[in-house]
Amino acid sequence: MTELLEPATTATATAGMVDDRPDDGCFRVDRAALVDDAVFAEEQRTIFDKCWLYVGHVSEVGDPGDFRARTVAGRPLVLWRGSDGEVRVFLNACRHRGAQLCRVPQGNARGMSCFYHAWTYASDGRLTGLPDADGYGPAFDRSRFGLNAPPRVEVYRGFVFCCFDPDAVGLPEYLGQAREYLDLVADQSPEMEVVEGVHEYSMEANWKLFVENSLDGYHLIPLHRTYFDYLKSTEDSYLDPRKPTEARDLGNGHAVITVEGPWARPVARWTPAMGEENREYVEARRAELESRFDAERAQRIATTDRNLLVFPNLVVNDIMGVVVRTITPTSAGRTVIAQWTLATKGEPESVRARRLDSYVTFQGPGGLATPDDMEACESCQQGFATAAESPWSDISRGIHKEAAGGPFTAADEIQQRAFWRRWRDMVGAG
Amino acid sequence: MTGALAKPTTAELVHEAEQFLYLEAALLDDWRLDDWFALMHPEVIYRVPAPGSDHLDPRHTLQVIHDDHLRLGGRVTRLKSKHAHAESPHSRTRRLVSNVRAEQDGPHVVVHANFHVMRTRLGQLDHFLGAYRYVLARDGDGFLVRERVATLDHGIVEAGGTVSIIL
Repeated sequence: MTELLEPATTATATAGMVDDRPDDGCFRVDRAALVDDAVFAEEQRTIFDKCWLYVGHVSEVGDPGDFRARTVAGRPLVLWRGSDGEVRVFLNACRHRGAQLCRVPQGNARGMSCFYHAWTYASDGRLTGLPDADGYGPAFDRSRFGLNAPPRVEVYRGFVFCCFDPDAVGLPEYLGQAREYLDLVADQSPEMEVVEGVHEYSMEANWKLFVENSLDGYHLIPLHRTYFDYLKSTEDSYLDPRKPTEARDLGNGHAVITVEGPWARPVARWTPAMGEENREYVEARRAELESRFDAERAQRIATTDRNLLVFPNLVVNDIMGVVVRTITPTSAGRTVIAQWTLATKGEPESVRARRLDSYVTFQGPGGLATPDDMEACESCQQGFATAAESPWSDISRGIHKEAAGGPFTAADEIQQRAFWRRWRDMVGAG
Repeated sequence: MTGALAKPTTAELVHEAEQFLYLEAALLDDWRLDDWFALMHPEVIYRVPAPGSDHLDPRHTLQVIHDDHLRLGGRVTRLKSKHAHAESPHSRTRRLVSNVRAEQDGPHVVVHANFHVMRTRLGQLDHFLGAYRYVLARDGDGFLVRERVATLDHGIVEAGGTVSIIL
């Protein structure tokens, strides 16, 4: 009888879901991968419990004592800069009984006291106080009751990541070729900072649909026509289809697309939309980049737009502003997105204003474009109700160029295949 | 008691402000967006702060919506288009506006009110709860909107995920 009660082995939940046959010009994904609860559970175990995941940026905790509460892979965490200046990440659960220690989204504190039994921790995680300590016997060693941390925490160029797999490779090795693209963002100015305020929004759709969407050059014109119409009517700028674009598989599931968009880049592509008053500043930024880097690199930083995926769920869009986005599944059919914007620290108020204007025009839950992305992903999810009869999503654009190694354009789908191939390898869906 | 109550107000002013807010709500509920947009002052600012940071200076803080007249006009044009996919088909909305307080502030009228905007679309019902702050400029017998801030009491994640309508 017991064998009848055994659940299906999880290894079979994802078997055969990615049909990858480049020689036949075929790449397709079984839509069950986007709706099945067993796949969701398997992803938590094999991807989110194994990969390096973005927690926040060091500038969000700029001063000693600054903290931010974050949820990563379902775990409540605290990003906290200690009184000693060090940035740490802790599990947001009291060592005594587990109540959440930090119950506000952000603030500054030299220590935190649990509201339940008043165990108190210093900003380096040490347990520094507990009421009626004499009630514990001699075996109780408070030095062993400091706050726990995720098994791995590392920072790359200001981006703080954690990993719940103690045996994972180090962050630089994990990031691999994606490092270069994070560098292009981090090098925009001597110091970058996250602007206050977060865009949190959500969709009734699988998280992988928005990962795909975030790297999808093919959808821009059809889906975001109203946004580009707005740019045309207000700034007389438009997405020029003749400008070359690029898509690259960066290995380890990371991928990037590069375009040259019509919008202004505060670093450092001035357009009339930025206003004459900001022209001198933006041109000076460009000159400053050219003084720090060779001409080619300065130009890449200044004038090209990129959407980077760091597998599995961090997107860094370096476009009209810098968008740092996490895409987090809460179930197979629901996804929560958090995004911040990263800017040059100390830039003039008029430049900051134009940067934020340009960003919110396109991006976020009230932008002129993002709600349509949510609508598209939700519409796909609804279409997947036909998955039994129509099981395959096609992701084969540009696959005929793979044998020669490309080159690929942003309207190809090599970048999405890079994600799905890594996904397949991690969940065992070959 | 808030300082607002110490400022000059009259029953007539409150009534005028209420009627204006009701008119605006009705035009939005009826998707008469051009008529609604005609109530906006050329220097209008329409803003929805990011939940959780509404107390911070909007010049230095990410907003969910931060429209001047140009972008708000673009928003209206977009919403009227069948290519505004998130609102095609349109949501139906029902706006309850209450607890209206109005005070004269120099040449302007500053209005505070509560809102409960219900949105239904494609079988889903979302609730947006929050407070309005208006700065109204006299325009003949009526008003034009100089500033319109809709501050939500909750995250957008709890209200359908996006703000594709005008709040």
